[in-house]
Amino acid sequence: MKRPPQIALLPDGKRLHLQDGPIDLIVEAKGSAREVRAAYEVAAARFTGLLDELCAELVELRKAAHPLHCSLHGLVARRMHAAVAPFAGNCFITPMAAVAGSVAEEILGVMLRVARLDRAYVNNGGDIALHLAEGEQFTVGLIDRPDSQGLMRTLVIGAGDPIRGIATSGRHGRSFSLGIADAVTVLAKTASVADAAATIIANAVDLPGHPAVTRLPANELQPDSDLGPRLVTRDVGALSESEIERALEAGADCARGLLAAGLIEGAALRLKGETLVVGTRGPHADRRHEGLIQA
Amino acid sequence: MSTEATAAAIGDKIRCDACPVMCYIKPGAAGACDRYANHDGQLVRVDPHIVLERTVEHGGRLVPFQVSGDWDGKIVHQSDIFVTAIGAGTTYPDYKPAPFIVSSEIDGVDMVTVVTEGIFSYCGVKVKIDTDRHLGPETATVRAEGEAVGHVTTGEYGSQMLSLGGVHHLTGGSKKEGRVTCDTLMDLSNCKPVELTIDGGATVVVQAGHAPIVNGMQEERMRVGCGSATIGMFAKQWHGKVDEVVVVDDHITGVLSEHQAGKLLDIADTGIKMKGRRSTPGRYFQVAEPGTGWGGTKISDPLSVLGPFDPREARPGLTMLMVSTTGEHAAYYVLDEALRPVETNMPLDLKLSVERIQENCEPALCTVLFMGGAGGSLRAGVTDNPVRLTRSVKDALTRVTSGGAPVYVWPGGGITFMVDVTQMPAGAFGYVPTPALVAPIEFTMRLSDYAALGGHMDYVRPLTSLRDTAEVRPMPYIPGRRA
Repeated sequence: MKRPPQIALLPDGKRLHLQDGPIDLIVEAKGSAREVRAAYEVAAARFTGLLDELCAELVELRKAAHPLHCSLHGLVARRMHAAVAPFAGNCFITPMAAVAGSVAEEILGVMLRVARLDRAYVNNGGDIALHLAEGEQFTVGLIDRPDSQGLMRTLVIGAGDPIRGIATSGRHGRSFSLGIADAVTVLAKTASVADAAATIIANAVDLPGHPAVTRLPANELQPDSDLGPRLVTRDVGALSESEIERALEAGADCARGLLAAGLIEGAALRLKGETLVVGTRGPHADRRHEGLIQA
Repeated sequence: MSTEATAAAIGDKIRCDACPVMCYIKPGAAGACDRYANHDGQLVRVDPHIVLERTVEHGGRLVPFQVSGDWDGKIVHQSDIFVTAIGAGTTYPDYKPAPFIVSSEIDGVDMVTVVTEGIFSYCGVKVKIDTDRHLGPETATVRAEGEAVGHVTTGEYGSQMLSLGGVHHLTGGSKKEGRVTCDTLMDLSNCKPVELTIDGGATVVVQAGHAPIVNGMQEERMRVGCGSATIGMFAKQWHGKVDEVVVVDDHITGVLSEHQAGKLLDIADTGIKMKGRRSTPGRYFQVAEPGTGWGGTKISDPLSVLGPFDPREARPGLTMLMVSTTGEHAAYYVLDEALRPVETNMPLDLKLSVERIQENCEPALCTVLFMGGAGGSLRAGVTDNPVRLTRSVKDALTRVTSGGAPVYVWPGGGITFMVDVTQMPAGAFGYVPTPALVAPIEFTMRLSDYAALGGHMDYVRPLTSLRDTAEVRPMPYIPGRRA
């Protein structure tokens, strides 16, 4: 079953849009026209059939990952497993926690194999794989919540920084969260690890048993959710300042552990308007500029 | 909303086969992609995606933001910056919160883009249907698929007006009423044809930018004017070619010989006797019941609006043209010995005058204005203090557009705006199963005003680097006051 995915340049003529089922990628490469074209061609070619490849192992991908053993076959599936494996010893995590980042990484990888690019990114719904050649940099911004007041932070990532992956997780996203964070954004060496780590840290931002938090079994909401009957956060009512702080601190503890273990380079945790940044490379806040325009 | 995907039902769940993920979707929920949802057991495409995609097209290609250049020149002509910065020219939606979105649109300065779409529960469409035909009495219920979706409102010149949607039909009635209202609004807003039935009136197919089809008949033209105005406009052209002209009109039927225009040309009395209520000389109200016949009346025989000719003034051989305000209907009569009008072949020069009426009638169109109010959450995204955005809009410092199209912002509280849907990119509207409509909305403002709102200055830094912005005096956009 080879459905052709949607492959198109965006109207700016520069960015490539790839979409298939739930995967939605924005790709941009900078370099000579020839190199960029070659990169886009190979990106489109690799993307075609990628979802089918993943779906072929979907049942296995939805199961809890074993910390050491991987029975998956596909390249992307194995990358997903590798990304979540470091976390699998201590908690429940499935390779699906890293699907977005792993796909972004895969597409960026094939582009870089065929083309010499100054810089490039593959943005998979907010989980981003980056490439930076020497002397290049990316300025990235952080929007807190698209459906509410925004907090803007910016970060310059240079070629010398180890960061090549950015991912965000939280309870407002498409995936369910076991925690109550509005958003946890993680910077890491790869997009797949950033993706998995963001999930883990967002789950850790929590107030277990708090009455203001509404939770429902994941499979009651999405029958085939990889989280099965685990309780996922549906709503978070009013929390006191100290409760917000306590929840964020729980997540920050987790993030600091991952930072110390070298799994992530930084994280920004957000809950009810409060932000906690972990790691010197966490996106720096600029309080003066809170309130990002959006509608 | 129609989808190529199909769904198999398993209990109350459905299984989507739009892609190989093959999600099981519960009622009221969406699949993993957030694009396909189970709406009352039916697989529907929700797809805010399209809205944004179109917005991109719009900002980037179809209608360049600020084509007219009467905003503040330099700043806004950097439409990419603005569109990007405020989200109208966003990339594809990132469903996750706090997405980093990297793009490099302007000279290597990386911009963050935000999804811009509003979900409007308080919204509706105002439909203007260019026809003199009676579609239904004022306040009559307008139905789609049998469900009440709105009502007939006060008519405008040469047009019938409908007011459809609104929060009561969307969410205040039955589930089906809400769904049908939502579908109707979305289809009309997306310039698709919709069949509407008016209680005690006509069935009309409405499509923005197209002629209305009333009771199966496509309307061709708007009337050139009311019957009296038509007399005024064409009196000279008729003078000497015919003794009497009656322009049949549901509103004001005009009679040449009695009309001021005829008097000025010394046109002699003809002994004509009109039915209806005389307003001023040569102008008659209510010559017949409203309908879909001649001139918006229900008559098919124009002679039915006449009484017998007065034998003191009429004479055999007297000629008379009867014509509707659009020239669509016309007939020529000659009085016989008994002073009865007998239809006769129309002389060529009178035919030409009828064609002239037709020529002067504009094509009848349906026009659809989407009207919605930007609610709290929409505005809250802009600033900690949402009212500041409202004030900024009211002070004409912030321009509101919808899919890049100019809007009229209604005075008073809140940000309630109207936009001509034909100015928007195709498929600009979506819906959520609430039900409510999803429409693009963008706020554009000057850098300094953005700062005053508490905007993010790092973010718009590229604007400050534009050399001569400081010298450009902005010309505030004042909605509705442009030439």
